Formats: sequence, C-alpha cells, structure tokens
Amino acid sequence: MAGKLTDADLKPVAGGGLLDRRLLLKGGIVLASAQAAASSLSAADTKAASPIEPSDPPWLHATGGPFTGYGTPSKFEKYVVRNIGGNRTPAGDGVSWTPLEDLEGIVTPSGLHFERHHDGVPDIDPALHRLVIHGLVRKPLEFKIDDLLRYPMQSRFLFIECGGNSNAGWHSEPIQRPVGAFHGLVSCSEWTGVPLSILLDEAGVDSAASWVIAEGADAGLLNVSLPLSKLTDDAMLGLYQNGERLRPENGYPLRLIVPGWEGITNVKWLRRLHVADQPAMTRNETAKYTELLPSGKARMFTFVMDAKSLITSPSPGQKMYGANVYEIRGLAWSGRGKIAKVEVSADGGKTWAEAHLQDPVLAQCFTRFRAPWAWDGKPAVLKSRATDETGYVQPERDVLVKERGREGYFHYNAIVCWAVDEDGEITHVYA
Amino acid sequence: MSTLRHIAVVIALVAPFGVARAADGGNVVAPRLGKPMTAAEVTAWNRTIFPDGRGLPPGHGTAEEGRILYAEKCARCHGAHGEGATAEDLIGAPTPPTREDPNKTIGAYWPFATTIFDFISRSMPPAAPGSLSADETYAITAYLLAANNVISQDDDMNDKTLPKVEMPNRNGFIWIDVKKPK
Repeated sequence: MAGKLTDADLKPVAGGGLLDRRLLLKGGIVLASAQAAASSLSAADTKAASPIEPSDPPWLHATGGPFTGYGTPSKFEKYVVRNIGGNRTPAGDGVSWTPLEDLEGIVTPSGLHFERHHDGVPDIDPALHRLVIHGLVRKPLEFKIDDLLRYPMQSRFLFIECGGNSNAGWHSEPIQRPVGAFHGLVSCSEWTGVPLSILLDEAGVDSAASWVIAEGADAGLLNVSLPLSKLTDDAMLGLYQNGERLRPENGYPLRLIVPGWEGITNVKWLRRLHVADQPAMTRNETAKYTELLPSGKARMFTFVMDAKSLITSPSPGQKMYGANVYEIRGLAWSGRGKIAKVEVSADGGKTWAEAHLQDPVLAQCFTRFRAPWAWDGKPAVLKSRATDETGYVQPERDVLVKERGREGYFHYNAIVCWAVDEDGEITHVYA
Repeated sequence: MSTLRHIAVVIALVAPFGVARAADGGNVVAPRLGKPMTAAEVTAWNRTIFPDGRGLPPGHGTAEEGRILYAEKCARCHGAHGEGATAEDLIGAPTPPTREDPNKTIGAYWPFATTIFDFISRSMPPAAPGSLSADETYAITAYLLAANNVISQDDDMNDKTLPKVEMPNRNGFIWIDVKKPK
C-alpha cells in the first residue's frame, strides 16, 4: 500500500538500522544510494566558458546528433567498461571482469559480459563454421550455421559464471577492489538457441553413451567433457545473446549454453560434440577447474555453481554521504535453481533482515535484491546471504575455508562482507 | 495459402523433420538438416584423445629429443627447467599434493599422461597451436614425464606406451557432480 509512512514503519527490523523490505513497496520512502567515487563524467569535466543553466541547456536549441546504425553508450558513461586483467604472455590468455557495481537490474549488456579466453578471440566467418556431432551416434552429422538458424528455438535468462570467479576470496587478506573486479567473472544474459536434445535426437545417440566431449574453434581448441544427461536435459546451442547474434568474444557464431554450470562448460565457438562412454580427461577438467582439498585429494567435475550473493551498492570504491536512508542493492544467483531468499545484515551477521527480491526471480539467473537501510553514520558491517530453492544456504567464509582449505582456487561462494566507516568509506573485510 | 499447401504436400511425401523431446517435456517438431558425415570426414574432424589411448596418432619420441624441443618451444614461458615463468610451473616432485605442499605440477597433480599429449597437440605453443608434429609432441610429453621423474630418460613414448604411464596422482580426485563409475 502506498501511503504515509509512520514512525513504526521506520523502526528497524534488524541491527544496524535495517528496515522492513516491504517499505520498498509502499513507494513513499525516499532512498539515497551510495555513489561511485569515480562517477560518470560530469558537467564540471566538460565545463564551457559560460556556465550552463540546467533550466536551459544548449541541447534544447539545436538539432541533435545524427542517426546511428548501431548505438553506443553516452560519452559520459565512458568509464563503465570491462576491467581487463591477466593479459601477459600469451596475449590471448586472460580475463575481463563485468563492472557489477555500475550496472542495475539483472541483464548484463552484451558488451560488458565477462570474458575468459585461453588463446584469444577467433574471427570466425559463419559461412565456414560447422558443428559436427559424432561418436556413439547412429548417424554422424554436420550442421551449417544457416541450418541451425532454422531449428525451433528457446530463450532463457541465464547467468554464466567462471569457475574461478571470486578466487581472491581464498587470499589470506581481503582484496581491495571494486566488486566487479573481484566478483565480476559472472554475467547474465537472455540466451536464445536450439535445444541440444533436438540435434542429439537427430543424430541418434547410442544407449552406451554417457558423456559428450565439446570442442571450441579457438586457437587452443578448448575441450571439456560433459555428462550426456545434462546436455539432453536443458543445454542449448546458443546463437543469440540479448536479442542479437552472439558477440565474437562470447562465442560467435555458436556456443554451448549449460544452465547453472561453470563457465568453461559453456564452450564458445562450438565446433564439435563427440558422444562417448567416458570423459576425455582434458587439461581443463583435471589440471584446472578441479579443487585441491586440505586432505590432498581434489574435487573434480564440480560443474554446478552454488548459490551466491553480494551487495553491489554500497560497495568498495563507492562512498556514502552521511546518516540517511539508503537502499542496499545486490545480486544473487544459484546454479541449482531459483533464489528463494536473500537476507542482509548491517551488524556483521549478528542479525539479519530479509531483502526484497525484485521480479522476475528465475532459475539459474541473476536475481536483484533490495533492502532499505537507515544508516546512523556509525561504523557498520554489511553482509548478504542467499538461500536457493533447494534449501542450500550461502556459507560464511570461515565455514567454506574450513571445509575446502585455501588451495582450491575455484568455486568460491562465501558470504561477502563490506565495512562502512564513519566517513562513509567502504572496504572489503573478512568478518 | 498455396505455399502452405505446398509445404504440407512436401511433408507428407518425404517428412524431412522429426519430433524431438523438448526440455520442458513436450514434443517439438524440428527439421532434420544435418548432413551425414562419411567415416573419412569424421576422422578428419576427430581430435579427441581418451585416457585409454584411443585417438592417439602414430609416432613416438623420447625425453632427450623432447629436452631440445622444450628449450626451443616452451622454456620462454614455462621456465628453463619447468619452474614456471609467465606461464605455470610444470615440473615438481612426483608425489601427490599435501596440505604442506599443495603442488599442482604434472608429476604431483595430473592424473593422466594422455592429457599432456592432448593439451600440447591442441593448444601449444599458444602463438602457433597445431604446429608440432606427432613425433615432436610425443617427445615433449616424454621430456615432461621424465623431468617429473614419472618415467625414465630412455622410455619411448608412443600411442601404446603413453596411456600405460601410471601418474602418481591417478587416484587423487573425487567426482562431485557426476557419479564415478566402478
């Protein structure tokens, strides 16, 4: 119900000033938000000789710019870019992070989708690209991209997260970076393509088959093995991302989409599916993308990305401007299904308040959460904790480290913790 | 209208489509546009190498031959002695990793020797993947296995011997999201 707020409405429901999430539905509350320290280019950066009055800016008095064949963001948003890291030798081996702190809603713009390439981005002519399916099938088949475009399609909003995302969380000291340059090897898009089950059915899979080895057409011919059951269950051949054909860095002209499973299984530039009775034990499922435990044994075929959440605002690099009512904003996702609940804490986890989950809440997709917070200007410690529809609860860092040690590198999904000091500065802490 | 009728006639005559199961459990009608491949075409495409050696090409090489190739093709990024540089370290003790020594080099961590051949042949060196011959790839694989004290200097690596190499950490892995077969 929209309406007048009473003192009772503004009574905290958890420590540190967290308010009832239902306030967000009342529409009567004015929330401030933390602001990026390095914010968009402002008028001050482009100051003209004579001051411009916002009541009568010059763009009211002259024809605007020309039409464009393909639009780009405003020049005032030029700092909202992927953070490129890891490019050393060779040049094609590295990552770029999605700037999660600069984005809202649940869809990542295609040009800001994170990247993890092992040997660069191939420049593929779709007319020369083929997908072949062979191995334990009745009829090995070759498909042209134009053929695949004629098959029935489906669209799903799905996150893709690198198995190595957030790995700085294993460090003994908390890393100080914007949230995207720490946790931004995850992005969410609307993917459209052909259910893989249709093509596997056309090839006629042998009853002895249980695995499929997928291979990409990059310079490294990246290959991984996947259980056949997942591929026939809900995998698709992705052709479109956010309505347009895939970007080269996201697999143009064809990538595998494996909902909820670690990024490397979503093979980009897909060229070959080898149906088999066993995994190929490739480098990227043995030497890499396995997690060494304190026992000396290592976890292998850890495909599912477990539930995770983080607060994107306020977050490190942003600043809060004094005691006021703020909106805590964040993202949650789970490879096992829908997010059931996100709780936030402003007192380091002593007490929790349930956040509002913004529609839509979809399986294996980003869910945007929001929580009103009356910050009193005193030091506070913010956390968020996701629970998915299977009942899985995102673990505290000490619990995860106790179970996994600190040498696993992959699959870090612990609760993320930000400290706010009296000046409104935000730092990453372990607490 | 006439187009629709035409399509209906074609479907009735040759049925170039199939009914497949959709992810939501329903059925979808789909065309069948895949071009059947000949055995020779499959061979030309197939690059999978399995741990049991299936897919390994003919050829062979020894550690001594591989040492020279390693220095020429690999050392710049992986270090003169496989100690790692801009790329990861490859050579370490041939004992499984422990809490005190969480070593992930080939001798300590990699469970299958065929993986080395497969990865080099498809991905290395990064500036010119696919440029090494099968003999050269067997030789570099032999060098890396010998440098990790997994095989001896004189062992010849080929499509028969490589899959038989017993890696020290062969049983060091726990399958998580797939049930491991007996």
